[in-house]
Amino acid sequence: MSAIDQPTSTSFLNRMSDAFWRRPKLLLALMLAPPLLWLGMIYVGSLFSLLIQSFFSIDEFSGVIQYEFTLKTYGELFRPANYDIIIRTTLMAAAVTVASAIVAFPVAYYAARYARGKIKALFYLGAMLPLWSSYLVKIYAWKLILAKEGIINWIVDGIGLTWLLKAILSIPVIGGNSLSVSYIGTFLVFLYVWLPFMILPVQAALERVPGNLLEASGDLGASSRQTFTHVIFPLALPGIVAGSIFTFSLTLGDYIIPQIVGSSRLFIGQAVFAHQGTAGNIPLAAAFAVVPILIMALYLWAAKRKGAFDAL
Amino acid sequence: MTTAVEFQNVSRHFGSIKAVDDVSLKIEEGTFFAMLGPSGSGKTTCLRLISGFDRPTEGHIQIFGETSEGIPPNRRSVNTVFQDYALFPHLNVRDNVAYGLMVKGEAKASRLKQADEMLALVKLDDYGDRKPAQLSGGQRQRVALARALVNRPRVLLLDEPLGALDLKLREQMQDELKSLQQALGITFVFVTHDQGEALSMADSLAVFNEGKIVQIGTPQDVYQRPKTRFVADFVGSSNVLPPDLCAQLGGESKWSSLRPESISITEDATAKVSGTVKGIRYLGSANRVAVAVADTEISVMPSASSPLPEIGQSIGLTWSNDALHSMDEE
Repeated sequence: MSAIDQPTSTSFLNRMSDAFWRRPKLLLALMLAPPLLWLGMIYVGSLFSLLIQSFFSIDEFSGVIQYEFTLKTYGELFRPANYDIIIRTTLMAAAVTVASAIVAFPVAYYAARYARGKIKALFYLGAMLPLWSSYLVKIYAWKLILAKEGIINWIVDGIGLTWLLKAILSIPVIGGNSLSVSYIGTFLVFLYVWLPFMILPVQAALERVPGNLLEASGDLGASSRQTFTHVIFPLALPGIVAGSIFTFSLTLGDYIIPQIVGSSRLFIGQAVFAHQGTAGNIPLAAAFAVVPILIMALYLWAAKRKGAFDAL
Repeated sequence: MTTAVEFQNVSRHFGSIKAVDDVSLKIEEGTFFAMLGPSGSGKTTCLRLISGFDRPTEGHIQIFGETSEGIPPNRRSVNTVFQDYALFPHLNVRDNVAYGLMVKGEAKASRLKQADEMLALVKLDDYGDRKPAQLSGGQRQRVALARALVNRPRVLLLDEPLGALDLKLREQMQDELKSLQQALGITFVFVTHDQGEALSMADSLAVFNEGKIVQIGTPQDVYQRPKTRFVADFVGSSNVLPPDLCAQLGGESKWSSLRPESISITEDATAKVSGTVKGIRYLGSANRVAVAVADTEISVMPSASSPLPEIGQSIGLTWSNDALHSMDEE
């Protein structure tokens, strides 16, 4: 007599399920194999081929790619015209990231601490809704909003603040003829488009901060400002860093927004687009594409060293 | 003696729910005061009213003779040990303990020194560099205690601080808390639903039920002379005898309390009542015998030396006359 009743049904599915129960790692391997293959071949593979391309160079006279390893293409990045593109893009990405953190924080804080029930559902809807509509439509809409004949100008005109807008637009470098052809305009559109990617992770991080930590801080004598500096902010920091990875890298790589809204000066994404397309300079395009990867790696390394992930 | 905390007709309503309903009480300085009651009886809300996390709907609270109205928690001379400790997960133990001093602007060297001294007091000398996540429940509890005490509060509030600990550790911490309180001379206000804890630690205790204080007194008072049926039952699971039975027994015609341990089983004619054994529960150190007497079930804890009756057996019960305590209120 066996001690355990044998299952009455020994269908193939039952036997499979039993086998998986006995060898849990087999099931894990089977589940992980397809995504790992996909990631490994499509993603890492193409990344690697990109990296290889950036070490080739182009013959300046014939325009033919020379398949010999060289750092010459990377050297070209440091030519003033190219170098400017990198600095411009990085500064814009940094500005967009800082601004979206500042704008997102109160929204996320409200949603995490105070919003309940329907209001909370409304918050998620409000944060996600912009992501549902077409990216291009949103940007063209912004072009209209920011244009000289647009609603912002109309409102500013109506309340008699035209002088202020003019003063802002006359600031060198970031100003321009109108908002839609200035860096300020590009910045505003970037801020709008990537904001949800900052709000959601910050909100998730704040949601995990137990309310009694804030009470404990107050109980120990901390003012609201001190509680923010010493408890809320450090605990929200992993969320802010997660959000900044999105806003920073998305801005670094975008080539459509600066094309439609802003001055005609190039951003990294546009440079990549131009070099791999009409110019046919794949190596330089690849080298440009490596820049955001390096900047992000550097940024994450610095964030980790600063202890941004300690609260995880 | 100075009054540390005084409640004057304090109520706290949440909508139609009266969490705290017209509570008046005085806590003397330097005492270990327990607030005892079932969950939802308003004791924790009272604690939050003292700490300032919550504000009374009506009435006044004075802390050392000064009104607490409009004073935020960070400017009250009270500190709290939270139920689940609420340690800051991103700070190590030493920085957790030094937090209160840090926000008050104490110099770094001085505050870390004081934190280390306080950690030594709670016997966690070598744990300063650890993160709260690396500590056991009992150790976290000590850190929470040190973090509150380092601020030298005039009143320490403890919200079910031992609830999450296992029995052995809980008993050990009870002793330590009591001796710490005696050594420091600080007023402790301790919230618990565990009557044993309240009786063994408190100098004075208030029994809460449905937002009201049912009885205030010393542990002996409350245990031996419960004022209401609720107190008799909640504190020490006393037998509550109905008025007619008490009258039959020659007592007053009032609800009365009769402690299970003061009843003995007898078979001779001295028995005051007789009944049938319904069940016996083994409790380790004693047995609890349920005896049906008329319509009432009386529970008896016979001394370990006396032989146990059998279920279904008819037995007589007796007690000394002063064991039957008649209560003033229902």
